[in-house]
Amino acid sequence: MNNLKVFLKGIIDVSPLMIPVVPFGLIFGVLAIDVGFTPLETMGMSIIIFGGASQIILLQLFSGGASTLVIISSVGAVNSRHILYGAVVSEHLSDLKLFWKIIISYFLVDQAFARSNEYFKKNNNTNKYFHLVGGGITCWLIWQTTTFTGIVLGSFIPEKLGLSFAVPLTFLALLVNDFRKFINVIVILISGLVATFGFNYIPYKAYAIVSGLTALFVATILTKFFRKNE
Amino acid sequence: MIAVLKKEMFNDRIREILSYVPSAIFPAIIFPAVFLNNSGDFQLDNNPKITAAIIAMFVGIISKNIIATIFSGLASYWFIIFII
Repeated sequence: MNNLKVFLKGIIDVSPLMIPVVPFGLIFGVLAIDVGFTPLETMGMSIIIFGGASQIILLQLFSGGASTLVIISSVGAVNSRHILYGAVVSEHLSDLKLFWKIIISYFLVDQAFARSNEYFKKNNNTNKYFHLVGGGITCWLIWQTTTFTGIVLGSFIPEKLGLSFAVPLTFLALLVNDFRKFINVIVILISGLVATFGFNYIPYKAYAIVSGLTALFVATILTKFFRKNE
Repeated sequence: MIAVLKKEMFNDRIREILSYVPSAIFPAIIFPAVFLNNSGDFQLDNNPKITAAIIAMFVGIISKNIIATIFSGLASYWFIIFII
């Protein structure tokens, strides 16, 4: 497959995951203006941070009067899962030049990671990173246009529609293949429970990384245990 | 991390563990968004998001289809809050 075909494959693979991103981007745009950011600042956030969950948390903390340090730490903590994403895909991208690695790391968002990681596991062509570029650029365009539309639409979207519920549903949909595997189910439950009960107690909203690392630690033990018993 | 890490640093064992990263991280977004209310308190009773998430999960397990999972969840959520 040539570069363009891999690039297009990335776009096609990630596209179904873009549907729930649309309401999320709209909500972010609407909320940001509501909290008091200018349209320029709101677009700037979507371009610089380029991360739905962390941008929403930023808004919540900002409107709650949290300090800059807490806001920066929290956004960093929520985004820290991308360190793990980076570690996973780096295995497939280690032959690339630094320039491409930096470009690709900007586009390594949840949806692009999920789809391209599947593609990387199944394919060994040297230009496979174009898949992640295609998926990442798709996510980027959708995120920017929906943020912009949200800014414009403003109060026209009724809050009672509860569209932010599309966010957990997106992540749930990304795990459908893991619900049938025993170790994955345990890992999912551990992570979810630690995050839920640690939500208010783990400082700086670091619950995402604390629960993730706890669950990964459990996965390490479980995979070792089940191999011994095979 | 992409820029720092080298290929040689990954053996099969690390690769196996890293394959659990999505299962380890995504629930940290899913569970609080479903089980906690807007003020961050645990809410089991009268919480349409739990029912909707369970329906979405079963649709996902059966269909293995991402769009079907998301829409079944949203549709059941709206059905519960607007119709029931």
